[in-house]
Amino acid sequence: MMEQFIGVINYIVFFAITAGTYGILSLGLNVQWGFAGLFNIGIAGFYALGAYTAALISGPPPSAWDGRMVGGFELPFIVGLLAAAAVCGIVAFLIGIPTLRLRAEYLAIATIGIAEIIRLVLKNESWLTNGVWGLQQIPSPLYNPIRSGVTGFLQVHSDWPAWVHSLLSRSYNWFYLLLVIGILFALYLIMQRLVRSPWGRVIKAIREDEDVAAMSGKNTFSFKIQALVLGAMIMGIGGSLYAHYARFISPSSFKPLYGTFLVWVMLVLGGSGNNKGAILGSFVVWGIWAGTDFLTGYLPFTASQAASLRIIFIGILLEVILLWRPQGLLQRERRFPKYLRPRADDK
Amino acid sequence: MGAFSRIPQLIVYGIISGSIISLGGIGVSLTYSILGFSNFAHGDIMALGAYICLGVFALFTGLGLGNTPIGPLSFGFSFALSFVLALALTALAVIVIDRILFKRLRKAGSIILMMASIGLALGLRNILQFFWGPQPHYYIEKIQVASIIPGLGIRIKPDQVFIIILAVALVVLVHCFLQYTKMGKAMRASADNIALARVTGINTDRVILWTWVIGGALAATAGILAGIENKFITPELGWQMLLSVFAAVILGGLGNPYGAILGGMIIGLSEEVSTAFISTGYKPAVAFAIMIIMLLVKPTGLLGRRK
Repeated sequence: MMEQFIGVINYIVFFAITAGTYGILSLGLNVQWGFAGLFNIGIAGFYALGAYTAALISGPPPSAWDGRMVGGFELPFIVGLLAAAAVCGIVAFLIGIPTLRLRAEYLAIATIGIAEIIRLVLKNESWLTNGVWGLQQIPSPLYNPIRSGVTGFLQVHSDWPAWVHSLLSRSYNWFYLLLVIGILFALYLIMQRLVRSPWGRVIKAIREDEDVAAMSGKNTFSFKIQALVLGAMIMGIGGSLYAHYARFISPSSFKPLYGTFLVWVMLVLGGSGNNKGAILGSFVVWGIWAGTDFLTGYLPFTASQAASLRIIFIGILLEVILLWRPQGLLQRERRFPKYLRPRADDK
Repeated sequence: MGAFSRIPQLIVYGIISGSIISLGGIGVSLTYSILGFSNFAHGDIMALGAYICLGVFALFTGLGLGNTPIGPLSFGFSFALSFVLALALTALAVIVIDRILFKRLRKAGSIILMMASIGLALGLRNILQFFWGPQPHYYIEKIQVASIIPGLGIRIKPDQVFIIILAVALVVLVHCFLQYTKMGKAMRASADNIALARVTGINTDRVILWTWVIGGALAATAGILAGIENKFITPELGWQMLLSVFAAVILGGLGNPYGAILGGMIIGLSEEVSTAFISTGYKPAVAFAIMIIMLLVKPTGLLGRRK
């Protein structure tokens, strides 16, 4: 009984780490789509780019049987995280230049394209990425101190009940959960400040009507680039957190459209243009996604069929939201100056 | 030298793949200009058509309908009939999808439609994967012998000649339809300005219906032809071609069906010829690079004009 309870706790921790990582991606997409109206469907590409950058900066040098020849600088976690953000930002900048002066379609297609090319590079350029074998032994931050601390503690208290031992044996995940939630919360606070700042008002104005924003003397192209780059940097941070938690990444960890698609459904369901909604959506949709994994296990289907069924379900979910609740669970925040509050009748 | 000697052969492959991309591109272009959104499910509609053809063909084979090859081609009457039926069924399927999904979202704007099309793309692909599995399926497993064109040293199979001839015939048909029929004129008017077309008395609902019929049938054709050319189909077929199709449409000028044909040919040729110099795996990157260069130089595309 106690064992099962601990199993559930451990699962919840694992669940929350993943959902929190998706929450970061969803916040990144919210800057782009929710506030600036930029249609990025290459999220999985930025996520993978962030993960690989972090792994190459903070991971070990190539081992004897690795195909890659570079990387593995074993620099601290935070350096890898910042590098991941920087690389994603640079790629987003390069994608933004040819597309952001044009209609939304062009950015959409260009982001599909860049995600596909990132995938091809990860698969084919094995001197850098080790090809399909991926990068291994990516260190988790503070893993050894925490492990040895917990092991030492349990050795001293070996007379404590078995359930305490099994509870504490996974305590590294608790630390990682704190790390993910901490970064998520920090990003949330920064985003909240940012979207209420003059900068945020301009990008929201661009989302509503770019011509009007341009007429007011704003360089809308520059603001759109900034929003695209900022969102991509946040996605890169999400990627680095994934790499350090999974400790092993390969091109197949980043299915081109599924990752992108899940994040979109998360944001749309939670409420685009609302940072709380972005985070709420990531937990709800990840819950649904994990729940359907559990449920399809009871159905008489093969693994591949069950996987398809889950994606069909999420696809239908997206269409249902678009048809019947396009604003998502949480609506956009409407903030007005004190004296300009809308009356109840003119909403 | 070795790389260059392969170029004539690669040009032939480029024309074949360009024909298939063009047929897909016409549908994307028509949907964009008349319905006002980029349909990212178009690739998966191509795959849907290819699988409907597979299903109908299996049904016919099950019923004992013979498939004695027609002339030098690898397939016979029963496959040809499945092909035609698949076009009709795919067109029907996209009309139903339009009624259920896109029609209700038309007022919500182009980006919401685009988002809905992405959901649809994944839905369709996984419906195919659910029923047929992720593994490749073969139309006809027999391997066809290529004939060598004397003098040039180019190898080409009868099926490939069929692909090129059919694509050219369909392009001419679409051209005649758009230029000389009443519905074609109504479609061109709607592409210019759908609101204006409506007030002049054009039945835009019928125009939209025809847009889906033509786009769906041509997408199915492209999917089936890709299946004939590659010898097999997988649920990923559409996704793998999507980037090339969109690159073609943008290169030619988004919203211009003639541009899609020109763009399709250029993309098909560049992708194939590039394999003489760089790894085959980077074909989509070639399409992407051409598209980005076009966006930097002339975003309206080769045949596009400013709206």
